[in-house]
Amino acid sequence: MKFTIMINEGPYQHQSSDSALQFARAVLAQGHEIFRVFFYHDGVYNGTRLSVPPADDRQLQKEWSELAIEHNLDLVLCIAAAQRRGIMDADEAKRQGLDADNIIEGFRISGLGQLIEGGIQSDRTIVFGD
Amino acid sequence: MAMLHIVNKSPFERVSFRSCLNHAKPGDSILMIEDAAVAAIEGTSFTEKLKEAMTDKSVYVLGGDLAARGLSEDRMIDGIKSVDYAGFVDLTVENETTQSWL
Repeated sequence: MKFTIMINEGPYQHQSSDSALQFARAVLAQGHEIFRVFFYHDGVYNGTRLSVPPADDRQLQKEWSELAIEHNLDLVLCIAAAQRRGIMDADEAKRQGLDADNIIEGFRISGLGQLIEGGIQSDRTIVFGD
Repeated sequence: MAMLHIVNKSPFERVSFRSCLNHAKPGDSILMIEDAAVAAIEGTSFTEKLKEAMTDKSVYVLGGDLAARGLSEDRMIDGIKSVDYAGFVDLTVENETTQSWL
């Protein structure tokens, strides 16, 4: 079965990023497919590579990134939500005349249409948030 | 068409759990995750409301979230089933649609 997962909450805000990550791992462990993970609102904070939590804390951005690389997942940050919160890829930083980008490997920035497409293409769309 | 309702807020903090119970239809399933797991415990002010829903709906709790809050499964309301993340995935497969009550 094909899944799209939507995450509306930042890491360390409450528990939704943790829940979604564990859900995603369980989906893959059962042989299902994850068509896309869409990060919206504060959920885009899951996509920065400049987060440095204490060493004994969960490294959520890194864990999403590693999961994406290992399973070739499509992790998408909403562009409007990302721009507001200062999450940039190289192209977007250049277009905005900024001096740096901060997106972590395994993520890409795109529009809300990607969520709609995920809903259409997948058998199930599961929403996590606060 | 059966729906899985996913609730993640304590019924003692927000109204989303009550809204869920007011909208869920007979034959639907309700999964309590995160802070909603506290509602699985017998003897709270929410217990009767949940038991009423359980007459025609299935109620599940994510066992890890219950344990993380120091609550043991033997204190649960009779009839609530504890599932792990694999069971969570199974519930989303068994139900044609899902609704997250954020």
